[in-house]
Amino acid sequence: MAVNYKDLSDQELLYGAKMCQGCGAAVAVRLALKILGEKTCAAYPACCFAATTSVYPQSALFVNNAVTAFPALASTASGMAVAAEALGWDEDVTILAIGGDGGTVDIGIQALSGAAERNDNILYLCYDNEAYMNTGVQRSGSTPYGASTTTTPAGPCSIGEKNTFRKNLFDIITAHRVPYAATASVSYPRDLMEKIARAKDVRGCRVIHVSAPCPTGWGFDPAKTIEIGRMAVECGLWYLAEYENDQIKLNYVPKVLKPVGEYIRSQKRFKHLKDEEVARISEIRDEEWERLMKRYAE
Amino acid sequence: MNKPQWNKEFRPPSGWDEMFFGASNGVGILPTVNSGFRTFHPEFDREKCVKCMLCWVYCPEGCIDKSADRLEIDMDYCKGCGICANECPRNCIAMVKDGE
Amino acid sequence: MSRKAFLSANEAAAHGVRLSRPDVVSAYPITPQTTLVEKIADFLADGEADYRYMMVESEHSAMASALGASMMGARTFTASSSQGLLYMCEMLSYVSGARHPVVMVDANRSTATPWNIYGDQRDAFSMRDSGWIMLFVESGQEALDTVIQAYRIAEDPEIMTPVMVNLDGFTLTHTYDMVEIPDQETVDRYLPAFRTDNKMSLSAPKTLCQTVGPDFHTEGRYLQQAVFEKAKQVIAGADAEYGRIIGRSYGGMTEEYRCGDAETALVAAGSVAGTARVVVDELRRQGKKVGLIKLRSYRPFPKEYFAGLRDRFAALGVIDRSISFGFEGTIYSEVKACMYGGTKTALGNFIVGLGGRDIPKTQIAQMYDKLARMAAGEPEKEIQFLGMRWE
Repeated sequence: MAVNYKDLSDQELLYGAKMCQGCGAAVAVRLALKILGEKTCAAYPACCFAATTSVYPQSALFVNNAVTAFPALASTASGMAVAAEALGWDEDVTILAIGGDGGTVDIGIQALSGAAERNDNILYLCYDNEAYMNTGVQRSGSTPYGASTTTTPAGPCSIGEKNTFRKNLFDIITAHRVPYAATASVSYPRDLMEKIARAKDVRGCRVIHVSAPCPTGWGFDPAKTIEIGRMAVECGLWYLAEYENDQIKLNYVPKVLKPVGEYIRSQKRFKHLKDEEVARISEIRDEEWERLMKRYAE
Repeated sequence: MNKPQWNKEFRPPSGWDEMFFGASNGVGILPTVNSGFRTFHPEFDREKCVKCMLCWVYCPEGCIDKSADRLEIDMDYCKGCGICANECPRNCIAMVKDGE
Repeated sequence: MSRKAFLSANEAAAHGVRLSRPDVVSAYPITPQTTLVEKIADFLADGEADYRYMMVESEHSAMASALGASMMGARTFTASSSQGLLYMCEMLSYVSGARHPVVMVDANRSTATPWNIYGDQRDAFSMRDSGWIMLFVESGQEALDTVIQAYRIAEDPEIMTPVMVNLDGFTLTHTYDMVEIPDQETVDRYLPAFRTDNKMSLSAPKTLCQTVGPDFHTEGRYLQQAVFEKAKQVIAGADAEYGRIIGRSYGGMTEEYRCGDAETALVAAGSVAGTARVVVDELRRQGKKVGLIKLRSYRPFPKEYFAGLRDRFAALGVIDRSISFGFEGTIYSEVKACMYGGTKTALGNFIVGLGGRDIPKTQIAQMYDKLARMAAGEPEKEIQFLGMRWE
């Protein structure tokens, strides 16, 4: 479905929430709800999103929604989806799971894998801000190499996060052969919304992994959220892809990847890195793109 | 302006008969505003704005209103992040210090 | 027409589930719960039921999906045991605090380590403060009947709180007995369809399981406590109504057996109550004035009942298949607390049946002997492990 900004509903279904200024996750969820509309039942675990939308008496979502336990997002949504079918809910209703990277690739991966294997009728949206932001920027399985977090602090004996490869949710999910999966970025809203729209029309377990820059955790001016997300894609540290019918499509392949340096130097979490470490990140990026090209390029 | 409103009249339960059930609540309840997050606020140069809608799309708060002829901002919920100004392709949004 | 069948308590409980017409069942296998969830699958395979059956990848997900289903307005069932119950523990308090009337069976089993698949009640008692109503049954028949009663209690508009029905692992779950299976029409008269406003809805959308800070948290917990107080009447009422419509009842929260003129009595929960009944009969034939109190509801705890026993017996013993290390048997603590303010009754606690060890009739007779000695003022330790290999 082609998305035209001028035709998008001006009804806000996420409004007045208490996220930090410039929150990428807020962009992701707001835009998703633009497409999904009022017939949405959302669940989200204890995370930034819960802490900023639904602390009594506030309720910043304008659709049915519930908080669940950290490891239990996909399983709670699965129960909702199965019950919706059992009770004859309107088939247009989307059961939307909203989780961060920690709640998805770490503590929530088992439940998500189960939901994917059973192909429960849920749309799972992971907003990836690359660390446990709600609890104060601790590293997660999605934290990139070299990032300083509060549990991988940079120091004389530490370059920050030392694992080379982040857990690749897209690969994990496509290995389950779900009917639809995608990666997206808040900096590419048309691509993001078209993917949400495509997912809305598919039945079964759909997973969309969205890059959602975090000014607070990454250390940049909140005005730059979209700009930095775009830089990540342009330099190949994030990629936009889609999976359907056992086919993977890269939605955006830059002719030449921009150097990673500008992206790295834009954020405080990387400011301790020496040039040779930035070069190492560039090598890691190259390895990953080589792998992507081998596997997915036509 | 077509935006959800601050529930100015919101009063929390004042007795057992008004206490919520379990851990449930309605949806879309905004007992407080977000203007306190803000130091700077966006101002449009109306001459230059062509309503390309990019600011409206990128705004994390969804507080840019497109229902009228000109884009307007819900100052109760703008946090002043500056994404709109940063992303405007025609540079027609300026971030101005509140109170100036 | 009701019919009779030779069933294990797990199978009987599964019939109770089928007759309660849940919309969604979600479960993960663990010994000794497995034959229950297998039977639930059989009903579907044989076309005898039409619930959606989620075979999830963990107990945590079993309870989480039960929560999700209940939030959509579904009547929901799950079952677990031991490590599985411990694994789903996090979700138990989500379900209860948000007031979703999920019903589950716990096939009581010990908890590791030492790893052990056999029965005791350590698993259930470790969930004491989960906010669930906790009932214990003595037989397969009572398992079937109590599952149905559990829905009636859980879904009572004034209760709306989940219920855990406890069956002793193996002793009940894997032993067979004649069980009367009520017919569907009769059960339908007893258990109306599940209706709730505490659910998601397109016409009246809700925020559920929300975060509540210090400003309203205490009030919510006060209301949960009030619900458990109220549940005391509701449990008794649900049992009595079951008796009127279906023809069996179990005394509500407690049942006294031959306690009228008893000088000593034992308190027991679960299958051991069945053994104790036989021992009471045998000792009565010998002229000993002994009685039995079966504890059916652990949460809410029948505080008023036990307070009322204060000076009734010369000695009162409590059988525990679980101990709170550094203190005493789990049920014993509660019984003793109810006697606060002083009692002339001598109190004793017998720790037995751990990790599946048999509790023979001779051991229960020994308990009554010890109670008689306590009643006579002879020295006996207050808390005793019985039947150990070495003294």
